[in-house]
Amino acid sequence: MNKILFFAHLRDAADREELQIKAVGKTVAELKTELMKNYDLPQLETVMTAINEEFVPDDEIIHDGDVIAFIPPVSGG
Amino acid sequence: MRYEISKEPINIQSVIDKVVEREAGAITTFIGTVRELTDGKKTLYLIYEAYETMAVKKLAQIGKEIEERWPKAKVAITHRIGRLDITDVAVVIAVSTPHRADAYEANRYAIERIKEIVPIWKKEHWEDGEAWVGNQLETVAYPSGKPEEGDLHE
Repeated sequence: MNKILFFAHLRDAADREELQIKAVGKTVAELKTELMKNYDLPQLETVMTAINEEFVPDDEIIHDGDVIAFIPPVSGG
Repeated sequence: MRYEISKEPINIQSVIDKVVEREAGAITTFIGTVRELTDGKKTLYLIYEAYETMAVKKLAQIGKEIEERWPKAKVAITHRIGRLDITDVAVVIAVSTPHRADAYEANRYAIERIKEIVPIWKKEHWEDGEAWVGNQLETVAYPSGKPEEGDLHE
């Protein structure tokens, strides 16, 4: 299983902070497409992704237990 | 811990104290505060949110980048989250180096880099609404690479 984390406007849109789904073997891009199809989410294509707290490209393959976080454009500072 | 996300008001001196070094000839301190007016629009207050564990890692990465680029630099950064009112301190960056020019440059690098790679978001609250603010540089983040020179002078 995989934990998916949403932040900022994505969390507001998804109306939840996290989600447990099975994403093993999928690429990040495939997961994004699936989530956009099944949940009322804004465009995820331009949103950065982190797996286990490190940024990854869209072709990264997801492994069992990976924590996937979608990182909208940041605005700290 | 030299890199922190804090739910409480930041003690500025305690951030500075973390970079005190006998070899240092300068400490620069950047204090980011909540501004009332942005493009003429009045902010009432802000909510900052972070992916805390990752944010701490990314702050530490920035420190490491600085220590590679400016030898003998020492860095400490604390970013606050939660509700912040106008004039509240949102972030404190302290950098010590043997010579002053490096301390200024490295500190500038740290704040620009925070705006690129650290998972922290702010929600602006105005009299007539609220919105999550996107990346202030309006650029795509650099997951692994370094920012270009031009990015430091927006």
